[in-house]
Amino acid sequence: MNHDAYSDAYIRDILTRYRTIAMVGASPNTSRPSHFAMKYLKAKGFRVIPVNPGQAGKEILGERVYASLGEIEEKVDIVDIFRASGAALAITSEAIAIGARVVWMQLGVRNDDAARLAEEAGLQVVMNRCPKIEYGRLSGELSWAGVNSRRLSSKRPLLGAKGVQHRVLAPKA
Amino acid sequence: MTAERKPGFSTLAIHAGAQPDPATGARATPIYQTTSYVFDDVEHAAALFNLETFGNIYTRITNPTQAVLEERVAALEGGTAGLAVASGHAAQALVFHTLLEPGDEFISARQLYGGSINQFTHSFKKCDWHVRWADTTDPDSFRAALSPKTKAIFVESIANPGGIITDIEGVAAVAKEAGVPLIVDNTLATPYLIRPIEHGADIIVHSLTKFLGGHGNSIGGAIVDCGTFDWLKSGRYPTLSAPCPSYHDITLAETFGNFAFAIACRVLALRDLGPAISPFNAFLILTGIETLPLRMQRHCDNALAVATWLARHDKIAWVNYAGLAGNEFHAAHQRYCPKGAGAVFTFGLKGGYEAGIALVSNVKLFSHLANIGDTRSLIIHPASTTHRQLTDEQRERAGAGPEVVRLSVGLEDVEDIIADLDQALAAG
Repeated sequence: MNHDAYSDAYIRDILTRYRTIAMVGASPNTSRPSHFAMKYLKAKGFRVIPVNPGQAGKEILGERVYASLGEIEEKVDIVDIFRASGAALAITSEAIAIGARVVWMQLGVRNDDAARLAEEAGLQVVMNRCPKIEYGRLSGELSWAGVNSRRLSSKRPLLGAKGVQHRVLAPKA
Repeated sequence: MTAERKPGFSTLAIHAGAQPDPATGARATPIYQTTSYVFDDVEHAAALFNLETFGNIYTRITNPTQAVLEERVAALEGGTAGLAVASGHAAQALVFHTLLEPGDEFISARQLYGGSINQFTHSFKKCDWHVRWADTTDPDSFRAALSPKTKAIFVESIANPGGIITDIEGVAAVAKEAGVPLIVDNTLATPYLIRPIEHGADIIVHSLTKFLGGHGNSIGGAIVDCGTFDWLKSGRYPTLSAPCPSYHDITLAETFGNFAFAIACRVLALRDLGPAISPFNAFLILTGIETLPLRMQRHCDNALAVATWLARHDKIAWVNYAGLAGNEFHAAHQRYCPKGAGAVFTFGLKGGYEAGIALVSNVKLFSHLANIGDTRSLIIHPASTTHRQLTDEQRERAGAGPEVVRLSVGLEDVEDIIADLDQALAAG
């Protein structure tokens, strides 16, 4: 796997196949990027479970916060790491232990040792990307802000139930 | 995993940013001639105003027709995001509004479009922004103009009106050493000839009015974020790297990563200063861009033929076109834009100021007007028009002395273009 350039198909597959995300480093501060990402992904129908030891037992966006991945009782598909790159290796070991399918490191987070560990255990890995930005990029929503989505399509975009200001990601481009 | 095919330039010029309309299936991009967009509910409205979700509120800030144009220009340049605005001058104003604080300086090449010299020298002074001039043919002159207050460097890739091709990589090295972004005005080259991002640019500006729109019918401008400058690491650009008080203290560079500059220009500078492009102009320019590769090559081919003919004419003192062998910038042309040296160039008349006036009066096919990059061939005598407000010294330094005539060679049959110049020179 080339972690410098993921194909759109690879990212799209992950974001359409899985629904439950554990967000490690989710912040209760409404101005933080993790808060933005959590709110957006929830609006797109993902179940997002916040993990943050400093906030354990409290709620972020109506969801109970867990101290660690190991405490989550339901099945987690994607572990989204909103922490410094150095913390990603230990979090990845926990992600493997709870049976997650994908380790996703946020924009600016990259840990090649963690990626190797996850891939050896059969997990998929995404590094240095934001799932909110990728969802918006591939669904066409981010294009409303002039962002170069680096994709071409002669197909009509797929609208969400709420109408033209909500697009959803189709499993195929 | 199969490798994804990277589309070519002509394919991007037609398709980038545009999908069939989600509401109607219209294949051409519709003109969304509306001021505003209904919210789904109060929560949706709040999320849009907080920048938490993507979407449209008001056409001063975003518009779906404009958005297609923005993504198309960004894709052609290879940048991360674009912003389309009312004019090329508006694009420059928004870029500097985002980068500079009162008291800051920037360095600009002195070989510039005359309007930019006015904007930088006079209007920017009212914001307490100060330009220091350098010589676009000499990257070391930018190094010499650096000061602790320098926040950016600005050049034109092909300088207007002089036919100079800037050593972008040479100037980019100075910007990188100084830790400031390099802004390249790529209007005369268009991304068909030069993609400044490949040579070290951090921000690209365009007058879309010229070759990108290409038909002389719509004013517009664009900003392209190359996604190459690390605003958080620099820390010298508080608009991007400090909490933003008008958006609940979010830090734009943190929230928007490598397209934060384009977002900042939109959600702060454009929101507050207001030079939005009209959706109709965005549509016309978008239509123009679809044929950019075809048009630009013909513009360049015609320009080379005209320059070659002029260089042999006995009333012509000199022709400054980098496409001509022996020209000072011929090597730069072969290095930076081998497909063509652009379609705008100057030449000098042996008869001086009076001969310049006579030529622009005697042409019948060329239009005497202050624009470039039209399908039609255009002619102007800068000393009596575009560069009139400048001092004699500024005119000379900008390559707009009394004997200078500027052409923007159009897409007519080249034999007809040459015949018109031939009769006008004979009549003078």
